Amino acid sequence: MYEPVLFLNLQEGRPATIDEYRQSGGYQSLEKVVRRELSRQDLIRMVTDSGLRGRGGAAFPTGRKWSFIQDHYPYPRYVVANTDEMEPGTFKDHKLVNVDPHLVIEGIILAGYAVGASKAFFFIRPSYELDAELMERESEVARQAGFLGKNILGSDFSLELVVHRSAGRYICGEATATVQAIMGNRAHPQKTLHMAEHGLWGQPTLVNNAETLACVPPIVRRGPRWFKGLARTETGAGTRLYCVSGKVNRPGCYELPSGTPLREIIEEAAGGLLPGSELKAVIPGGASTSFLPPKFLDVAMDTDSLKAIGHRLGTGAVIVFDQNSCIVAATLNITEYFARESCGFCTPCREGLPYIRDLLWRIENGEGREEFIPLIREMAAFMDQAYCGFAPGAAQPVKGMLAYFEDEIREHLRRKKCPFKEKYHPHRELWYPAE
Amino acid sequence: MIPPELREQLKNNVKVAEDPKEQAINVMYAIQRHYGYLTDEGLEEAAALLGLTPLEVEELATFYDFIYREPVGRYVLHVCDGVVCWMFHEGSLFDYMCQKLGVCAGEVSADGMFTVLPTACLGYCDHAPALIVNGQFYGPLTPEKIDEILERLRTEPCDTIICR
Repeated sequence: MYEPVLFLNLQEGRPATIDEYRQSGGYQSLEKVVRRELSRQDLIRMVTDSGLRGRGGAAFPTGRKWSFIQDHYPYPRYVVANTDEMEPGTFKDHKLVNVDPHLVIEGIILAGYAVGASKAFFFIRPSYELDAELMERESEVARQAGFLGKNILGSDFSLELVVHRSAGRYICGEATATVQAIMGNRAHPQKTLHMAEHGLWGQPTLVNNAETLACVPPIVRRGPRWFKGLARTETGAGTRLYCVSGKVNRPGCYELPSGTPLREIIEEAAGGLLPGSELKAVIPGGASTSFLPPKFLDVAMDTDSLKAIGHRLGTGAVIVFDQNSCIVAATLNITEYFARESCGFCTPCREGLPYIRDLLWRIENGEGREEFIPLIREMAAFMDQAYCGFAPGAAQPVKGMLAYFEDEIREHLRRKKCPFKEKYHPHRELWYPAE
Repeated sequence: MIPPELREQLKNNVKVAEDPKEQAINVMYAIQRHYGYLTDEGLEEAAALLGLTPLEVEELATFYDFIYREPVGRYVLHVCDGVVCWMFHEGSLFDYMCQKLGVCAGEVSADGMFTVLPTACLGYCDHAPALIVNGQFYGPLTPEKIDEILERLRTEPCDTIICR
């Protein structure tokens, strides 16, 4: 049995209060820090030693990211806690905020201390409006208790926390696009700007996922070695919030040691597949990761183990498909999603994704031709030429379909229809008014 | 025109922000709530408050899913079309809802109460298939459950939240 870290204060049907959080050791890390028991450098070193990596999907080492903001950089500086969370299949940050809002708040404050920030933005998507209101209430509670605002706990460290509402677009979760979105610009990624130097309003800015930040208070309280040791693999660290959805008995968000095998997540935590369902494919980390066939079930769910088999962990959101799911239609759904969410800034993404979608649509609806397969393959490979990480991510399920389910595509071609059903949408005309 | 109190409140919010544009989305939400959607008039008022041109506000408004530049019903039924929800209904719930309300996606029902919009994955995948309306998640959906939700929204009036 492992000990919960992020869901330590899990209460039935309500978020933990500040008192409950403090009883479990909450805000001790912050007290330690502002009493100068830990310098800014010590804090960054601790996070680096803990092996913590970004939980938003890119898995960048958190301590290193923090260290990019150097002492001589100008002030003011900013911290952004990213809760855009629009990766299909992912709902961990939503759960986390609703389980222990103060854990996230303390994480944000500690990050603010580490990089010398004076203002933090909690960036949240519109469908989490009730979470945004919760965070506003709880940050006010934290302010009343002296943990936020001017001169935190009587020290010379001050930090304001603002909840910034987004209006919903997938690309807003990309760190450089998040920064543009907060500044009120169209959220196009800006890969030429280094956030550590030129983030919000041209000032040093740190952007981290909410789950990443929530790992920091326990690291400070119990030490980086303890945190690193929680993982089940050599290169992993801490526990992770794995979301499981699809054809399983108990879909949900489960906190498990980093590197828990995929099989255990599906069969034990999520209670196995639904009666009558047989495992056909798994997406390990949200829609921008590849389909995996059942032969990969024993892979440890951490960044390096998935990398070793040529795949990505993404957000650790496991989507389970059974024998009744058509992989071509699923890929079509995902590609439609990404084609619609593309910000339209660069050509490969804007033009390439609809191209793949159209070919998939024809295959799914019985109009496919043999030559479509190499066309899709070529275009999917071309997505790597896009400006940001969006299109390469969107190409992952397409590549997975081609690598592991090519037979199923050919079955569509041979039968001139989807072997799983008659048509993709029998009443598609109902969705959109006639042109 | 938006009421003077709202204008004053928004002006103040803009003033205390790091930069006026930081409040762009909040201002659009507030004006949208007043008119029911972001009207041309509302767009110009937002532009004046933010110190932008109407075109610059338009550029933002059309980028986002939850800013409506066309009339919508009092409640917008954001039906998830993410892959997990798709797995459970393959689009059939949209069809059901649209038929039930006699609308296509994006249209306003005859009583002015509802608009159905397919929306990017909502983050309620553990209750798929799901929808969100006025900040409230519902799922797993069935036709019966949808009937119930629509009936409740019709008969039990409640305030609309800011990003509905």
